[in-house]
Amino acid sequence: MLVYTLKRLCYAVPTLLIVITLAFFLMHLAPGGPFDGERSLPPEIEANLMAAYHLDQPVWKQYLIYLGNLLQGDFGPSFKYKDFSVTELIAQGFPVSLELGLWAIALALAIGLPLGVIAALKRNSGLDYLVMGTALAGVAVPNFVIAPLLALVFGVFLAWLPVGGWNDGHWRNMVLPIVALSIQQIAYIARLMRASMIEVLGSHHIRTARAKGLTETAVILRHALRPALLPVVSYLGPAIAGIITGSVVIEQIFGIPGIGRYFVQAALNRDYTLVMGTVVFYGALIVLLNLVVDLLYSALDPQIRHDD
Amino acid sequence: MLQSRTLLGSLALTLGLAAAPLHADTLRIAIMGEPASLDPHKISGTWENDVVGDLFEGLITEAADGERIPGVAESWEISEDGTVYTFHLRESARWSDGTPLTADDFVFALRRILNPATAADYAYLLYPIRHAEAVYSGEMAPESLGVEALDDQTLRITLERATPYFLDQLSHYTAYPVPRHVVEEHGDRWSRAGTLVSNGPFTLQRWQSQTRIEAVRNPHYHDAENVALDEVIYFPIEERNTALNRFRAGEIDVARDFPTQQYDWLQENLPEATHTAPYLGIYYYALNARDGHPTADPRVREALSLAVRREVITEQILGTGEQPAYHFVPPGANHHQSLASPLNGLDEEARLARAGELMREAGYGPDNPLSLKLRYNTSEDHRTVAIAIAAMWRPLGVEVELFNSEVAVHYADLRRGDFDVGRAGWIGDYNDPQNFLSLLESGVANNYGAYSQADFDALMAQAAETQDLTARAALMGEAEALALGDSAVLPIYYYVSRNLVNPALAGWENNLEDIHRSRWVSFEDGQ
Repeated sequence: MLVYTLKRLCYAVPTLLIVITLAFFLMHLAPGGPFDGERSLPPEIEANLMAAYHLDQPVWKQYLIYLGNLLQGDFGPSFKYKDFSVTELIAQGFPVSLELGLWAIALALAIGLPLGVIAALKRNSGLDYLVMGTALAGVAVPNFVIAPLLALVFGVFLAWLPVGGWNDGHWRNMVLPIVALSIQQIAYIARLMRASMIEVLGSHHIRTARAKGLTETAVILRHALRPALLPVVSYLGPAIAGIITGSVVIEQIFGIPGIGRYFVQAALNRDYTLVMGTVVFYGALIVLLNLVVDLLYSALDPQIRHDD
Repeated sequence: MLQSRTLLGSLALTLGLAAAPLHADTLRIAIMGEPASLDPHKISGTWENDVVGDLFEGLITEAADGERIPGVAESWEISEDGTVYTFHLRESARWSDGTPLTADDFVFALRRILNPATAADYAYLLYPIRHAEAVYSGEMAPESLGVEALDDQTLRITLERATPYFLDQLSHYTAYPVPRHVVEEHGDRWSRAGTLVSNGPFTLQRWQSQTRIEAVRNPHYHDAENVALDEVIYFPIEERNTALNRFRAGEIDVARDFPTQQYDWLQENLPEATHTAPYLGIYYYALNARDGHPTADPRVREALSLAVRREVITEQILGTGEQPAYHFVPPGANHHQSLASPLNGLDEEARLARAGELMREAGYGPDNPLSLKLRYNTSEDHRTVAIAIAAMWRPLGVEVELFNSEVAVHYADLRRGDFDVGRAGWIGDYNDPQNFLSLLESGVANNYGAYSQADFDALMAQAAETQDLTARAALMGEAEALALGDSAVLPIYYYVSRNLVNPALAGWENNLEDIHRSRWVSFEDGQ
């Protein structure tokens, strides 16, 4: 197991290097630069800025400089947010996105899993159609519709919760964004769980368990739940990586200081260092979470073992 | 009914009933973006001005109505030829840490912003100062800049040539002093909470990036006893709808913009809070005068300009009080005198007839339609305007291809000259027609259409040398009329400023430059 983990971590290095290289050159290929804005700068000003950020060097040289700095853990300064380095921006924003994301995933699991199981057990009943119909709506309605709606109803009309802001992570400020983030996840998880549960319930070992005369509850909890969770677990890897790196929509609408906005804003601003910082960070998270998922898999399913 | 109840609810909130954790005399402002920095030398946006202008104060500053009034300078003399300014600083001037603010801090600041190593992108505003351009280009040492401290309270600034708007410019953040003792100690990291020291009515307490900036009253400010607020909190909110919702919920007192689509609703439901006012800015189309583009033909440019029905755009498409533009310099600009515009002399029918005639003269018509490439930066409003204008041009036999791209790409394309018609806008850096008209001078970076006309350049050069304000205004009026006669650009409308302001606030005045310093603002009932 340990050897397997170490091996996987070693594979991650070339994977990340490829991601970094592709992102770096694609970014420089994109038209427009960090200093192209509504106001053109006089040439001498632009020259000074380019020199200050090493942009006057050939791209391959910039790439080597970037890799060199990265090896020392230096993501460089942000072009846009001049008072902060990229490392600081990620360090400030990530805990916020992480906290919101984990709550949202927890909420999604707490609601989505039981819903999926219930729908599977009462397959083709009115309850099943109700749950799956609601889930379908949850998947279909984008969060840029849900979030403002929540803000309008609970913030403006009912005035139960703040419309936006972070307020140092006060729970009142977290409720609406967490709900908005989790609605789609609830829907996905419920649908995944239902499908997988139905499949497991039709399998041989469940028939055997029932034939042995176990109670239905015991059959489901002891024999069906664990294998049925596998597809959900493999979905959770990328889903958690996605949700804890923030959502630009939710952050903009609720004014949350997470890192989701940087993925979009940095690219639009051609804030090269911030683009690279978020790409490297997100890439590393995905690699790490996929590894965790694979390890969890073997814990859940005895047929999968990572011995070598 | 529901709406009026929520209105009452939001008023109750703003009166402090629900805002218990906040101090009563706290002003909460939604600014339209996260500041790039709080170092006055490292910013170039209007939203940063909202914060930095409360934290710092220049030699000259702005009154509630935008008028320029003495700031750190108590008085000044200007030499006969208009090139030497001698400022007398207030003896009471202090930094927020209590250190005296001296003329040397200004010398330090101006040398710093013009030092190429600072890489300040807005430094060119200070080019009127003697040797500023040479210093910025690295041709001269920062010490040769025309700025010197005669003693602690006396500052002398020498200009390249007389510049009538120079005093105005000194109120801009590029000319703010920075605390030498702090910058030298902390280097580039001085402008963060904990180290930032400022000289304005408020001083930085806390900066949580992307959420809030908190500033408290600066006890060392020279006019501190007349500052009513104890605290100002700035919330960077880019999303206009979010700002509106938070305003309605009473979470903020001022929103520095609102979504234009909500204007009717706002006028209906929050009329006292909804402010729109003329703004020193113009929305226009650049017409590419480079060889090989159909718009290089002045007849084509004129026809295009004549056929745009600007009232339709301002009234039916935008509808938030924008004014149709027939000139390039917005009305109300200082030292300006616009001459009659060739664009609105005729009634609509005659204008269209004239446009058709010009197109025929230029060789276009039903059998030889003109195909144009119109570029705009991606935004719903720009798209609507572009579609409307394309429809207005169709009767002339003009087929428009619309291209949209994000801001960085759009302006890079305009600079490369890869367009026939390109969307552009300009907000005055300072209140003078020169700031607008210089966009049409030969070889200027922001002259997207590459309009080049020797007589225009000569008039602008002559105006620059003219000290008499009336004569100078006449020269620039003439230059503007010349460019409009050539249809150098296609002015569409003058911008308006849009704000939502809690009606319980006193001292908040609309003004042409949309500058609002928190020192003038107070809560009316004294709470």
